[in-house]
Amino acid sequence: MLILTCPYCGIEADETELSPGGEAHLKRFGPGSTDEAFETYLFHRENPKGVHFERWRHAMGCGKWFHAARCTVTLEVFGTYSAQVTEPPAEIREKITTKRPGWSWRGIE
Amino acid sequence: MYDPVGALQPGTYAGFAEVQVLPPQGMIVVRGDLSDGALQSAVTAAVPLAMPGQTGASFENGRGIFWMSPDELLLMCPYAEVAGHVDSIGKALAGTHHLVADISDARAVFAVDGVDAREVLGKLTPADLAPSVFGPGSFRRTRLAQVPAAVLCETDNRFVLVCFRSVAGYVHELLKTAAIPGSEVGYWRD
Amino acid sequence: MSTRLGKGGRLLDRSRPLEFTFNGKRMKGYRGDTLASALLANGQTLVGRSFKYHRPRGIVASGAEEPNALVNLGRDGRFEPNQRATTQELFDGLTAESQNHWPSLEFDVGVVNNYASKFLPAGFYYKTFMAPRPAWKHVFEPFIRKSAGLGRAPVDRDADIYEHFHLHVDILVIGGGIAGLTAAKQAAATGASVLVVEQTAHWGGRAPVDAGEIDGVPAADWVKNAVEQLESADNVRMFSRCMGSGVYDHGSVLAYERLTDHAPQDDTPRHRLWRIRTKHVITATGAIERPLSFAGNDLPGVMLAGAVRDYAVNWGVSAGDRTVVVTNNDDAYRTAFALLEMGLEVPAIVDARTTPQSPLIEKARAMGIRVETGRGVAKVKGRARVEGVAITTQAGEGAVLETIPCDVVAMSGGWSPVVHLWSHCGGKLTWDETQAFFRPDRTKAPTGDKGQPFVTVVGSANGMLGTAEVLADAHAGGGAAVASVTGQEPATVPVPQAEAETPAPIEPVWMMPQGASHELRSKMWLDYQNDVKVSDVQLAAREGYESVEHTKRYTTLGMATDQGKLSNINGLAVLAQSLNADIPAVGTTTFRPPYTPISMGSIAGEARGEIFQPLRRTPMDDWHDANGAYWEPVGHWRRPYCYRGVAETAAEAVIREVKNVREGVGLLDASTLGKILVKGPDAGRFLDMMYTNMMSTLKVGRCRYGLMCSENGFLMDDGVVARVGEDEWLCHTTSGGADHIHAHMEEWLQTEWWDWKVYTANLTEQYAQIGVVGPKAREVLELVGGMDVSKETLPFMAWADGQLDGIPVRIYRISFSGELSFEIATKAGYGRALWDKLLEAGRVFGVMPYGTEALHVLRAEKGFIMIGDESDGTVIPQDLGLDWAISKKKEDFIGKRAQERSHFADPERWKLVGLETTDGSVIEDGAYAVAPGENVNGQRNVQGRVTSTYWSPTLNRGIAMGLVAHGPDRMGEVVEFSKVDGGTVAAKIVSPVFYDPEGEKQNV
Repeated sequence: MLILTCPYCGIEADETELSPGGEAHLKRFGPGSTDEAFETYLFHRENPKGVHFERWRHAMGCGKWFHAARCTVTLEVFGTYSAQVTEPPAEIREKITTKRPGWSWRGIE
Repeated sequence: MYDPVGALQPGTYAGFAEVQVLPPQGMIVVRGDLSDGALQSAVTAAVPLAMPGQTGASFENGRGIFWMSPDELLLMCPYAEVAGHVDSIGKALAGTHHLVADISDARAVFAVDGVDAREVLGKLTPADLAPSVFGPGSFRRTRLAQVPAAVLCETDNRFVLVCFRSVAGYVHELLKTAAIPGSEVGYWRD
Repeated sequence: MSTRLGKGGRLLDRSRPLEFTFNGKRMKGYRGDTLASALLANGQTLVGRSFKYHRPRGIVASGAEEPNALVNLGRDGRFEPNQRATTQELFDGLTAESQNHWPSLEFDVGVVNNYASKFLPAGFYYKTFMAPRPAWKHVFEPFIRKSAGLGRAPVDRDADIYEHFHLHVDILVIGGGIAGLTAAKQAAATGASVLVVEQTAHWGGRAPVDAGEIDGVPAADWVKNAVEQLESADNVRMFSRCMGSGVYDHGSVLAYERLTDHAPQDDTPRHRLWRIRTKHVITATGAIERPLSFAGNDLPGVMLAGAVRDYAVNWGVSAGDRTVVVTNNDDAYRTAFALLEMGLEVPAIVDARTTPQSPLIEKARAMGIRVETGRGVAKVKGRARVEGVAITTQAGEGAVLETIPCDVVAMSGGWSPVVHLWSHCGGKLTWDETQAFFRPDRTKAPTGDKGQPFVTVVGSANGMLGTAEVLADAHAGGGAAVASVTGQEPATVPVPQAEAETPAPIEPVWMMPQGASHELRSKMWLDYQNDVKVSDVQLAAREGYESVEHTKRYTTLGMATDQGKLSNINGLAVLAQSLNADIPAVGTTTFRPPYTPISMGSIAGEARGEIFQPLRRTPMDDWHDANGAYWEPVGHWRRPYCYRGVAETAAEAVIREVKNVREGVGLLDASTLGKILVKGPDAGRFLDMMYTNMMSTLKVGRCRYGLMCSENGFLMDDGVVARVGEDEWLCHTTSGGADHIHAHMEEWLQTEWWDWKVYTANLTEQYAQIGVVGPKAREVLELVGGMDVSKETLPFMAWADGQLDGIPVRIYRISFSGELSFEIATKAGYGRALWDKLLEAGRVFGVMPYGTEALHVLRAEKGFIMIGDESDGTVIPQDLGLDWAISKKKEDFIGKRAQERSHFADPERWKLVGLETTDGSVIEDGAYAVAPGENVNGQRNVQGRVTSTYWSPTLNRGIAMGLVAHGPDRMGEVVEFSKVDGGTVAAKIVSPVFYDPEGEKQNV
């Protein structure tokens, strides 16, 4: 049972108040994109042992989507942040580097 | 010529805390830029209370302004006033991006009242209800068992709950079940 | 023979006698007894039969670890199997029966398995029941089912109620022994909120039995003072009869409180499941004694040494007159002392150690007890209970030196810390060579959401066995835990003091004697409940089972309801020996919650009966219920499937309702339809992305039917969209889809196009919606009056605001039936009033309400698709001939890119057609259109399937819609559809629009 802090309302939400939304920072490929790009967008997902970025929605709360950076092994939460960014903010990345030196995720480090 | 009918008849169940079904309450959803002065004046003109901050609530005598999300407020007022306020807020915000709608009929309102009222909710929501955390004036959107709800701590012994109209019967049964006499713990009593 | 002693029993209230029955026999006990202590007090040493061999079994332990004494408890609505007699407190009128025997406990037919035991080795089922295949179904499975399972499943509805309680505390202490109390005192001194839970009804754990003085007073007094002190603190709460059941992620803990198990009563919760969030957990869960593996160690009368003295000291019960103590450590000597003090006989202490020396051993000798060192038990004598022990040299192979008559064997193989709660959430263990047990590795604690350790283990659970050590460890551990939570050292609380002990070291004994023959080993029980012996584990090892997890499953070691509390360590030590490996290299099996079984009722909590799940009701629900509604669940909603008249079947009602709509006028409660308001300067652009067709071009005042696809291109939802303002649209969704579609819209707005100016609001429940449907619909509305509903003013696919006899409404001219139809929305609070008014006005036109099944038939007659029938997550709009609703002009919409994939344009995709059986019958639900030949699995080839199938009262025949290969090109062709009975039915492929193909009836 995770606890994640919703960055939009500041509530420390219980996992049962949230709904999961899969991997964060997907880039959408629409009409005209190559089959490869579209396949990657729609189907390819990371399954890391360690640092991961996810989307969650504070469904039983303010209703906002947000992002969470989390370790899939220890469940440590490095931080939650706005859904309205295309990559993890520097502050979150630095925090992860402090705790998990040498981490990388989809080319981000 | 017609009085609105709530999902449940107002009434009281005497558990270890009282579970009260409240009559229809005027409610308005306002979405927009909450930092915008025009929006703030339109809202506070309709409900003359202070603008609440993040997760906050202002309320007094059946009127209230509740912070629902970074771009959403819930206004409470007498049912009969709703149409007027929806209209006036809409007019005041004409030309700015916003949404205002009457949602009075989409909700049901309950109160739980009594020394151990807090415990009735403690059995149903994972939110931290410790008096030091969730004291008078606190407001939180959460879940009651399997449905979403908003909870307001009016006083240490009285809580007001808002849920969707269609599940009013479910929530009523939940509250009555949680308030069964003899099932109080006294956990948060002084 | 076990019996009640004339004195002793610190937990008993001898002034409060109680009566209970065991297997129908009336027995007496006292308040404070457990069922186990009361059974022993009544001389009942035989309490059950083992699972596999039906061997006679007696009470072994005195607490949660008990493997044998499981009973069927209570009767009727309070009947529950597999209740542990050692943890069940006695109450007046308790009824218990033993399990797993027939016809009676004393004379059990199943015991024949015992004599066949050499034919029932480890993995017996896997080896034996493989072939021949048919034998499985007709011989093996019925046999196994008959003999499987302990106890009996309850038949009656549970008479009790249960509840959850969510709680956030700073520090949770699990275990109310002296370690837990010491740590709690540290925590309490900081002002942090503290909860202490103890699984039994008593505080102090083993200390009142085992410990001497603490801080200069008897342990029991120290405990009493500590509890009083904690209870008086404002920031501390204490629950006894409350077990820490499981520790989960991020400081989540379940605690299981048994409120009325000791005194059943109606109308208050029996169990309360505390769902706790805590910053820190202190586990002070103590230790469990291990049995010794010697031949015959499962006979009634062979008990744990600690339990024997518990029964004597706590409950004034003698397990027998003559007790031989068998041990490999000092602690069991305390049992001898306790028994002598009660005036019972201890003929000998058999100590496996060769030359142990310690004050306790000296004391025993000084008291005149015969202490035999370097000795072990070759064999326990007796058939249904202990009659004596044969003594041998521990180092040897089992040659009997002497037989000592006795009726109890008190054994101790050492103690194992209860590491379960530490381990549940990832705490690691380390093998303590000196003390011969696994204990928590404090450097590898479970970590929480910030990466911080959130469990601290103290006392015996941390491997401390002496009183002084326990207290010092709990004090230090409690302090450290507090500091980690509050960021400050706790106020100075003095370390409780006790006299240091200097026991002789334990010598691990995994088999007794160490060189025992196979015959002896096959009588050494590891797992009493599941009948797993030393020889079984050794066989598994020989057969190649090296992993402890595999061995567990192969032999069923530790898989019984006691989860191997007594057997795990002994079993894996035997496995390690057999594999010539070190014990830590073999490791333990995974400790999983709950610590002991918890009731299903407590897990469900309030979610049963009426509130098992939310039930959504429309504003007209009361009317439906009072007027014959035959309910159907639609998502969480309930909707009338039909309204049954007196002596009318549901099928007859549906036919009547359909005909009435086609010929007169019907009323439909359509309030469940989703209604989402989408508003803003970018709302049109946004809806063009959401829907496959164009919504931005819709004119204010008009409606358009729209389709939504997922990004994967598949049809997801449909509904009518009305443009209600210049920058405002109201989107109707399916009844089940409102929340999902609203969330879907918000997801795209919040996470992809967050710069678009669009707000949404889910107004589904703000409005009641009523369909007035049929050729006489307009006349009904005209009779109500208030709005011009003529074709000219309110044409097909238009909407208008107004009022009907004073009720404000919005009327949509849309039709899902093919008839003239008005969908009228009003505020939910007026819904019932409007419904009543329409019924009243419609009476002269023969108005009748109709339900969801008539709705389905009506739409199917018109060839309208239904999400969830024609679509199933693999169907695209093009399959359904809905190409007209997919914009060719738009550059993009959700699902457009996906639909550009080659498979989506594959001509082999099954397409929607209508189907008419040649004999007029109704095709079965879900039937497949069969094709010649078979596939690689020997199944018939198929060329299509039915998606909707009904009896059409209008056409007076069966009609269906289905997806068929090349269907639209095969009009008039007859295909065969499968039937459940194996036959087929012939159906002609026709247009899916069976009724009014020109659409003349709806557009009037």
